[in-house]
Amino acid sequence: MKFMLLIHQGDTPTPRDPQAWATLSEEQQQAVFADYKAINMTPGVTPGVGMESPEMATTVRVKDGKTLTTDGPFAEMKEALGGYLLYEADDLDAAIELAARIPAARLGGAVEVRPIVQW
Amino acid sequence: MIGLLGDFELAEEAAQEAFAIAAERWARDGAPESPGAWLVTVGRNRAINRIRRDRTLAQKLPLLAELTPVAGGGVCHGDLDSGEGEGKTAGETVGDEAFGDERLELIFTCCHPALSIDAQVALTLRTLGGLSTDEIARAFLVSEPTMAQRLVRAKRKIKAAGIPFRVPPDHLLADRFAAVLAVVYLIFNEGYSAQPTRRELVDEAVRLGRALVELMAGEPEAHGLLALMLLQDSRRDARFRDGEIVLLSDQDRSLWDAAQISEGRAVLDRTLALCSGGGRGDAAAAATGMPGPYVLQAAIACLHTEEPRDWPQIIALYGELAPLMDSPVVELNRAIAVAEHHGPQAGLAILERLPLEDIHYLHSTRAELLRRLGRNKQARHAYSRALELVSDDAERRLLERRLAELGG
Repeated sequence: MKFMLLIHQGDTPTPRDPQAWATLSEEQQQAVFADYKAINMTPGVTPGVGMESPEMATTVRVKDGKTLTTDGPFAEMKEALGGYLLYEADDLDAAIELAARIPAARLGGAVEVRPIVQW
Repeated sequence: MIGLLGDFELAEEAAQEAFAIAAERWARDGAPESPGAWLVTVGRNRAINRIRRDRTLAQKLPLLAELTPVAGGGVCHGDLDSGEGEGKTAGETVGDEAFGDERLELIFTCCHPALSIDAQVALTLRTLGGLSTDEIARAFLVSEPTMAQRLVRAKRKIKAAGIPFRVPPDHLLADRFAAVLAVVYLIFNEGYSAQPTRRELVDEAVRLGRALVELMAGEPEAHGLLALMLLQDSRRDARFRDGEIVLLSDQDRSLWDAAQISEGRAVLDRTLALCSGGGRGDAAAAATGMPGPYVLQAAIACLHTEEPRDWPQIIALYGELAPLMDSPVVELNRAIAVAEHHGPQAGLAILERLPLEDIHYLHSTRAELLRRLGRNKQARHAYSRALELVSDDAERRLLERRLAELGG
């Protein structure tokens, strides 16, 4: 079956924020790159697209036919979505294991595993 | 010792082990009153364990082979909803006789960590226990529709989220089995700590514990949990008097269930034999030969059934348990044992370090130890603090009586 893994990057360190990124040791930084690379190459994984940081988000609502926009992500900044990937796996256990390998999960973010509905 | 054991080699080995244990323990706790007798006893116990271990292993090997799951076992959600509509649960379609060995897959599925703990408990009771939805609802003080909905939702999640129907592979087994044990022990405690005791939950938990022992015979912790439940529950009739909780040392031992105690002991003996042999899947035990948390708690419960109680041994076991449980409550219990052995002052010294200000047990224990030291004013203060925090009526009554006896 197919799973969507939603990576709630939140405010976990990324290279886009040099100050936060510098809080990680060289070793940790290398591990983040290596882990994402290994995950993207895992059989069954379809990598998602890269997204700009949540600060760059614009949230859109429609009220009485009128479009309302606000600056920033819909969710709280520290819960904001940072990326996603698709994973074709046997079962939830396999998806959980892959999710646990995603660096954001161990750096203060979280990964939400959602089964994809098969029509 | 050779005469005792009738086997020279065994006796020699046993004696060596006894000396090794003595070197370690006497250095720590001081030499016993009669060192010679102590050595013979320890050596004999070691030898018996060895004999038992060899015998158990010989018995268990074929069983283990039979139970070892096929790696990467298939996903067969069909089994969980092969019944007609939502009214039927897996438990009704997967009967003991027809699918005997699928009970194990079923319990791992019911206790999958992707389900909420409430759902795990409800599913386990419904599909593996003998309780109806209505009975489970009553046991957990929720309405029947609420419980029915909880079950439906859990079953739907198992299917939609892709929770596998299988015994987890080795690298997941230790964690997942711990989750299964936790669910069974939670069911036990829900029943046991309620007042009046909810017998149906206690009985179901013991029944599930027996099933786990049967299905995971190579796991020391399965035996440990069963022994623990049997030993704890054996004191059920002595725990309350006139609606007031009775502390273990004040309980009327003639009310204890002697048959159940000896069964618990027998299970524990088997567990200890398994521990020294190392269990399958329990990485910690296999690597170090160290007993897990349920085995240790069962051993402590067992020592508590003996008179006089072996406080140094109880203290040592709490010491082993503390790092495994990562809970200051274990330290609190150790403090009580230390107080019995080394005096109230030593117990109080441990209590001072515990971050349990909001837990009434800390204050009731302090109060008891202060009372024994004759520091009545401080004891009264501690009893009052405990009374502010306690929620259980049977415990409240005991605290109130103690406080009144101090003339507070």
